[in-house]
Amino acid sequence: MTPRTPRELACRELVQLVTDYLEGVLPPEEHARFEQHLESCKGCTAYLRQMRDLVRLSGRIRDDVIPPEAPRELLQLFETWKAQRS
Amino acid sequence: MLTVTGECVPEQLAQAAEAGSVDARVVQALRNGDERAFLAIVQCHQPAMLRVASTFVSSAAIAEEVVQETWLGVLHGLDGFQGRSSLRSWIFGILANCARSRGTREARSAPFSSFGAGDEDEPAVDPPRFLGADHPRWPGHWATPPEQWAEEKLATQETLKLVREAIEVLPRGQKQVITLRDVEGWTSGETCEALGISEANQRVLLHRARSKVRTQVEQFMQGGSR
Repeated sequence: MTPRTPRELACRELVQLVTDYLEGVLPPEEHARFEQHLESCKGCTAYLRQMRDLVRLSGRIRDDVIPPEAPRELLQLFETWKAQRS
Repeated sequence: MLTVTGECVPEQLAQAAEAGSVDARVVQALRNGDERAFLAIVQCHQPAMLRVASTFVSSAAIAEEVVQETWLGVLHGLDGFQGRSSLRSWIFGILANCARSRGTREARSAPFSSFGAGDEDEPAVDPPRFLGADHPRWPGHWATPPEQWAEEKLATQETLKLVREAIEVLPRGQKQVITLRDVEGWTSGETCEALGISEANQRVLLHRARSKVRTQVEQFMQGGSR
């Protein structure tokens, strides 16, 4: 077997690995290549930052809703359940 | 076992030292038939439950039915709740089961795109954004690199609306995964368990979903306001 010198990642490849990177599942060697590429690439650094921004933004959808009052049917459901228990 | 994080408990109980003891008190109140405890817990979880349910089924009305069915399951299962998982995880586990079986029943009568990976080699970024593989100096590097997004614009309601809409139109599997992971903040383990998919499959779906939503946001961020 010939030892393989790690080839530098192209930006095009990096964008396909970004989720695995954020999920922490890249093999160590690949992880190192990923970070090495980031050091010298402003575009990919911005791309990764955008992905992180996006995850943060998606999480804000959760807080964007004012909880509605419990619907009447649910209260009815609770009362029926309660009556069955006693 | 689902162990969904980010407990949501009635405010008056939120001070209690341990989530476990809060759960125990809520459960006890429910077992005692305390209507206020029921209303509080419903109000607390209902929005997230509807969001999660609606990714499994075809309409908001059916999602509401699924949530109602879940509450019925919660009440009837209450005596069996042993606190091995948090109350919230337990509730969402019941929800996922109800929603999944409803979704499966629906799928039999209507054609739905499911977890089939579909468009296999879907690129995360539009290929013309990169220089060709034959470029003498920078093959496969950015032709038009992405730029950092301006925080002021990112923080607007308009951007949030755009993200919500972009998630809404994703294929079902992608929408479910990004909703559970990024909107609801579930872990990958919780998401895989609820959806009955592998970690690898989950990552593929998450990757596609995020990539598509990113593209939409990028266009919006560069294009001025809509």
